[in-house]
Amino acid sequence: MTTFIRALLGATAISLAVSPALAEKLTIATVNNGDMIRMQRLTDDFAAKHPGIELEWVVLEENVLRQRVTTDIATKGGQYDVMTIGTYEAPIWAKQGWLVALDDLGADYDVDDLLPAIRGGLTVDGKLYAAPFYGESSMVMYRQDLMEKAGLTMPDAPTWDFIKQAAAAMTDKGNEVYGICLRGKAGWGENMAFLSAMANSYGARWFDMDWKPQFDSEAWKATLADYLYLMNNYGPPGASSNGFNENLALFQTGKCGMWIDATVAASFVTNPNDSQVAEQVGFALAPDNGLGKRGNWLWAWNLAIPAGSQKTEAAKTFIGWATSKDYLELVASKEGWANVPPGTRTSLYENEKYLEAAPFAKMTLDSINAADPQKPTVDEVPYVGVQFVAIPEFQGIGTAVGQQFSAALAGSVSAEQALQNAQQATERTMRRAGYIK
Amino acid sequence: MARRATGTRKILVTLAAWSVGLAIFFPILWTILTSFKTEAEAIASPPSLIAFRWTLENYVEVNARSDYFLHFMNSVVISLGSTLLGLLIAIPAAWSMAFVPAKRTKDILMWMLSTKMLPPVGVLVPIYLIFRDFGLLDTRIGLIVVLTLINLPIIVWMLFTYFKEIPGEILEAARMDGASLWDEVVHVLTPMAVPGIASTLLLNIILAWNEAFWTLNLTAAKAAPLTAFIASYSSPEGLFYAKLSAASTLAIAPILILGWFSQKQLVRGLTFGAVK
Amino acid sequence: MATAHSRAAARVMISPAVILLLGWMIVPLSMTVYFSFLSYNLLMPGMEEFIGFGNYEFFLSDPAFTEALVNTLLLVGGVLVITIVGGVGLALLLDQPMWGQGIVRVLVIAPFFVMPTVSALVWKNMFMNPVNGLFAHLAKALGLPPFDFLAHAPLASIILIVAWQWLPFATLILLTALQSLDKEQLEAAEMDGASALDRFRFIVLPHMSRAITVVILIQTIFLLSVFAEILVTTNGGPGYASTNITYLVYAQSLLQFDVGGGSAGGIVAVILANIVAIFLMRMIGKNLEA
Repeated sequence: MTTFIRALLGATAISLAVSPALAEKLTIATVNNGDMIRMQRLTDDFAAKHPGIELEWVVLEENVLRQRVTTDIATKGGQYDVMTIGTYEAPIWAKQGWLVALDDLGADYDVDDLLPAIRGGLTVDGKLYAAPFYGESSMVMYRQDLMEKAGLTMPDAPTWDFIKQAAAAMTDKGNEVYGICLRGKAGWGENMAFLSAMANSYGARWFDMDWKPQFDSEAWKATLADYLYLMNNYGPPGASSNGFNENLALFQTGKCGMWIDATVAASFVTNPNDSQVAEQVGFALAPDNGLGKRGNWLWAWNLAIPAGSQKTEAAKTFIGWATSKDYLELVASKEGWANVPPGTRTSLYENEKYLEAAPFAKMTLDSINAADPQKPTVDEVPYVGVQFVAIPEFQGIGTAVGQQFSAALAGSVSAEQALQNAQQATERTMRRAGYIK
Repeated sequence: MARRATGTRKILVTLAAWSVGLAIFFPILWTILTSFKTEAEAIASPPSLIAFRWTLENYVEVNARSDYFLHFMNSVVISLGSTLLGLLIAIPAAWSMAFVPAKRTKDILMWMLSTKMLPPVGVLVPIYLIFRDFGLLDTRIGLIVVLTLINLPIIVWMLFTYFKEIPGEILEAARMDGASLWDEVVHVLTPMAVPGIASTLLLNIILAWNEAFWTLNLTAAKAAPLTAFIASYSSPEGLFYAKLSAASTLAIAPILILGWFSQKQLVRGLTFGAVK
Repeated sequence: MATAHSRAAARVMISPAVILLLGWMIVPLSMTVYFSFLSYNLLMPGMEEFIGFGNYEFFLSDPAFTEALVNTLLLVGGVLVITIVGGVGLALLLDQPMWGQGIVRVLVIAPFFVMPTVSALVWKNMFMNPVNGLFAHLAKALGLPPFDFLAHAPLASIILIVAWQWLPFATLILLTALQSLDKEQLEAAEMDGASALDRFRFIVLPHMSRAITVVILIQTIFLLSVFAEILVTTNGGPGYASTNITYLVYAQSLLQFDVGGGSAGGIVAVILANIVAIFLMRMIGKNLEA
């Protein structure tokens, strides 16, 4: 009898010990944008290649995702085995020792194929801490038909003056065509991404070398004045609550003449299934003011593994699959080359099939190469990052400043007041955090 | 009475009530209708009420993207579990407050309600740390505990007001007959209190079902209920009104149907002792 | 009736609830109080140090604080006024004889079942969006320029959304109260020549006062911590135009991950909520003999 029970217990113990090894479950936190959802759909391919690993998805809206993964990694909650993080988080978290170095993603990963600008932002002390899933800069997307009607030709590298002129000429409010659509929704990753990049091209910067906020500078005043001028005269109604998604919907339904935003939007606006203006879209570099910096940013969504994860090997296997060259082929074979996640690999931009299917490829690559996170501004700065400042305090500051500029766009405060409030709020936080002595 | 005689008045009242009712219900109706449109029709101008090509494609896509059934089951288990656990704790408490009144009863009730005033956003980090240490993150049981605690004051109060309306003489009579405390609660009180308990149950299922802060922040993949499901549709790329509508409809439909079927019970108990 | 024996039993029966709630209050509260005296940012571990009332000073001196306080009161007050006035009106209407009363009641109660996130999303995108929203279509059909609700009337828009969610609750409680009113008393008053307004003022309203008290109390508890609706629709903006205290605490603790500052904000919010509660009890508590 006792032997039987022991045998039974033994068997149970073995089966308990064996079953987790049969299928390891990875919990993957990701953001709900088109490329990530496509990856989720293609999970079957991964399952076929790696039957020992099961995937569980947590797909969340960007801000919720950021709040969830940050809370979890900072408290070492251990809820996620793979996290989708941005170029902003990667260096900060890597320095804290929160991420697992990804220096061995397999022989065919070909880490040297990653675009240098993107890779640089994810590398700390020579080690890659997050694998880019897609990368983006920003550029001008415009309606060729409307541009022609207005009697203008968009240069490959326009100036802000030309943008103003073109916006005026293309606006036709009676037919709900607005010359320019820009982000207005408050948030460090929303309107401040655009405005910080725009400010760079006006010679403005977030901080001087002593970490003193610079919103009282002439360059910021000029930036905000031009932004408000463009939006108030030629922008769509409700612009102060428009983010990337809202503007995309506007552009796709033919309501924008020009739109300056993420390069990844290019594949959505040229996709005839989603876009009513797919045939008409042209591309140009983000504008400049002749000061040597253009108003384009640099961003990538990346996959990373939190330190302390028990499933590091399986997680690396997954990341290796999702960010590999093979994955690009897989997407191409299922959904066409134009839908491949862009902006991470040099080889993609040498692939004839891709260049043919994606008219925006060259402009995307040129935009990414035109951004320099190490030297983002005309004047010297103590920080890294084009449209953000890679310090932990930036999320809070960026959003608070974004609120002020959004309010200026909505007309509830003056531009002057908004800049003054921004200066005050930033200085307050920087003083508290000990940057300003 | 003159009032009863006039049919015109009834017609007018009916018209007014129906228009107000439809106006209040309209956002939900509109969401349900939009969920059957294509994305292009969802933003068409002018929008059409029913004359569009009905399609199920949004539901198909939502189901392909997320495991609706898992989220649904989590919502059911969590809201039902926390409500039952809450009732188990609250019934004795409410009973003793209603039938053995002490000077402090009102103070205790008010204090219980005041525990609801701690803003969840301010205590997320402490709770997250506690949950991590007890291994409760992303578990149904963890959420059941939290939702029980946040809704307990409401449950106690509802039951208390309901129990108070039960005449004390009946209990005394039972006691005279030699009924024990247990008998008193189980055989005398509970049957009389069933309607009140039922409506408390319903209200708390609704509150737990719709709680969107803790359920979103303490879960990842396994225990995430429908509130987390909806968080992945709140801003997808491009056109998304139809998909958002489909996801919204799926998230609210179960509780809406439950609520409608049981509205009589719900309403009866929803008075918090406001009606004598 | 209350013998020593039953008192003891009562204490036993009430204790699980009290102990649990006490634990639920004390544990997070004491941790929050403790954190509120630390310089503690989640993103910078290992730098925690005691800084006294520094976090409180920082939170209270936030330029957004006063506006958030005013917004909180406006939000609670606005929703209460709309739901109570609307609720009394609806209750009076629904109490009349009509056809299909059951269905109308089903329609009116529906918003109460909708989760706050969903209702905020639906209102924001499908109704208030100035380009593709239904209100914009309506405005265009009438030849008016579309109004951008969330940019130009953010707080009012949020009040509208929240009021829509809570109107059913108020209506139902008030309707139940109204139905328990002695109709003969009303008829007698009518015979005596009391006008409809007088009947409402001197008979109906006093009868409903207790129900109104309950509505105010319960709703205030929930309305003080309105958060999801703001997060989804306006993110507290533009500027601070729709930031309430809860949202300010959120921005501090989950946007900046400043646990110290967020905890101080949480404690401030609790104190403010209790002030509101005491104030409320003074004003209406007499209606509520427990």
